[in-house]
Amino acid sequence: MATHAAALNERRAPTAREVPHAVSPGLWTLAWRRLRADRVGMVSLVIVAAFIVMMILSASGLIAADWNREVGINYAPPSFLAGDVPAGAPAAPGASTPLATESAQPASQYKSNIVDPIGDVIAKLKGGKSEKGESQPGAAAPASSSAPAAAESSDESVDPLAAVMADIRAGKGVGAEAKPVERKATLPFGGDKWGRDVLKKTIKGSETSIFVGLAAAALATFLGTVFGALAGYFGKWVDDAFNWFYSVFSSIPYLLLILAVAAVLQQKGIMTIVLILGLTGWAGTFRLMRAEYLKHKAREYVQAADAIGASSTRRMFIHIFPNVSHVVLVQMSIYTVGFIKAEVILSFLGFGVPVDVVSWGSMLNEAQNELILGKWWQLVAAGTAMAVLVTAFSLFTDALRDALDPKLKGRVGA
Amino acid sequence: MTAYIVRRLWQMIPTMLGVVVLVFVLFNWVGGDPAYVLAGKISNQEQIDNIRRQLGVDQPYYVQLGIFLKQIVTADFGASWSTNERVSHILLTRLGPSLTVLVPLTILSTLISIGLALAVAYVRGSLTDRLVMIVCTVGLSISILVYIIVFQYVFAYKLGWFPVQGWGDGFAQNLFVYASLPILIGLVVSIAPDLRLYRTFVLDEINQDYVRTARAKGLSENRIMWIHVLRNASIPIITNLMAGLPGLLLGSFLIERFFSIPGIGREVILAVERSDFPVIKAITVYVAFATILTNLLADLTYKAVDPRVQLK
Repeated sequence: MATHAAALNERRAPTAREVPHAVSPGLWTLAWRRLRADRVGMVSLVIVAAFIVMMILSASGLIAADWNREVGINYAPPSFLAGDVPAGAPAAPGASTPLATESAQPASQYKSNIVDPIGDVIAKLKGGKSEKGESQPGAAAPASSSAPAAAESSDESVDPLAAVMADIRAGKGVGAEAKPVERKATLPFGGDKWGRDVLKKTIKGSETSIFVGLAAAALATFLGTVFGALAGYFGKWVDDAFNWFYSVFSSIPYLLLILAVAAVLQQKGIMTIVLILGLTGWAGTFRLMRAEYLKHKAREYVQAADAIGASSTRRMFIHIFPNVSHVVLVQMSIYTVGFIKAEVILSFLGFGVPVDVVSWGSMLNEAQNELILGKWWQLVAAGTAMAVLVTAFSLFTDALRDALDPKLKGRVGA
Repeated sequence: MTAYIVRRLWQMIPTMLGVVVLVFVLFNWVGGDPAYVLAGKISNQEQIDNIRRQLGVDQPYYVQLGIFLKQIVTADFGASWSTNERVSHILLTRLGPSLTVLVPLTILSTLISIGLALAVAYVRGSLTDRLVMIVCTVGLSISILVYIIVFQYVFAYKLGWFPVQGWGDGFAQNLFVYASLPILIGLVVSIAPDLRLYRTFVLDEINQDYVRTARAKGLSENRIMWIHVLRNASIPIITNLMAGLPGLLLGSFLIERFFSIPGIGREVILAVERSDFPVIKAITVYVAFATILTNLLADLTYKAVDPRVQLK
């Protein structure tokens, strides 16, 4: 045996000398080359990377840290629309009438804090009607300043404490005037109900959405991988147990499971939603990883690992795992797309992030009511940001899968 | 065949029990004491003890699990915590509206997706094919929320073609007046992923030898596509359809919520908002059971569509 091996070595030696540094490219190098060649994949990778950089910058407070400041007038229209705004624009409450805006501001703040959804809808209906009557094409700015006014006047007729409120306003109005805040008539991509910059909100919202997507994807893939590895590697009753667990989990429709968990976990928060999505989403990875481990555990390199005395854990995660990690990566990418979408829906429904955290879902929730008032920019901003990210991420996932696992080409995941 | 069905039914029992235990653990253990949820914030110990006794949560866990099992078997989950309506009554009355929207939606979206998939796969690689795929990919990335908000605003609020929301009493009125816009939105949302998926199924078949043989013996292209290719592509399509069937029971949460359709999906959202545990528990358990049964049904349908499939 030994002599045979020596002979083999001798025979191999010359070829090794001929090409001294010919290192055959590994899986990752090959995959990267294939990805580089995929133009769509590269463009989408750049877009995804840009979003992630934006998220990191925003999380570290370098950009959009002051998203919560009310820098514009209520429902400030986007700057690029400013050209369309007729003569009414200069009259819009800006630097010229700081008192008017300041006194209107507490009112809307007060309303927003206390009025329940029904009252909100009513106010919106009123606003919608009044606008429907007035707004002729192009008259965006006058309508935007008249709508809050209309809501305010109707407020006084309904509110029994209106007189007290007026006193408070009259009394405090002087104090408020002491630090007049200059509010811009237009903002780069418009303002929301309280005059916050929609562009900054969108950037801040990306932080929530992308973080939740990535973190939940990491958790779900981790669980799926560990469960799948245990089931596939050990087989027998472990496999039966995990398969049973899998069939239980997968027989409850996914969204229903998420909502049920959301109902049970009462406190809201970013980590809660990561937990909900991560704990419910592992099933898909589990099935894939189980199949991979079943396939790999019989391979010779695993037998070799056994022969050198590697423990089961070592064999599973040091020896086999690198060989199946490309599947994990693709799964994670697929999950991220799905979870970003799910987070938006959960936050929209109010089961997601708390109210003081901005997310694309909560922005869409606000935008739903704003649209009736004709304020479409928040909807467009949040909707477009999400659509661009999700499109880029899905195309990137497709490219990644094609690059890492050409066998799977053409299959549609998630 | 009968033996197969009996065995499969027998094998379902552990899974169903698993679902029951999972839901039980979730709501009776993870969620903390249900009595506190029901009693709300303003309550004294006496009230809570009362509620605990009523719900049976003062009993040991195995007794509680027994109560839950009995509720499932007898379909008697008691009354909703927030509206006091019988849970069984809620389920039965909410099923109709959900199905009124979802059955036509599923039929239409399947027919349209299959038709388009065959057409697009037939001209694969052409500009049309690529354009349709790009539209699908982009369309898929836009949140369903955006579709609903925009469609509701444009078609119902601005143009007035449909009622903004609501639900009537007559079936025909519901189907043709109130359900039409929800169905339209459902179509827009569901065709994009289905078309992408079905196209790959058709593409898998279109290069097979039997297609060439059919062409060689002079069959019309229509016959080849609609009879030969479709029959073969329908096997994975049916899998996909069957997987979506339990969703019918659930309705589409968001569509029902936006259009105030009193269906199961809206009920789930309301129940989650109100922490109405009996309703969520009942819906979760029954929808899970339905899913398990649908899986068996899917396997039996394969056999009907594809005689090569051996059930074992």
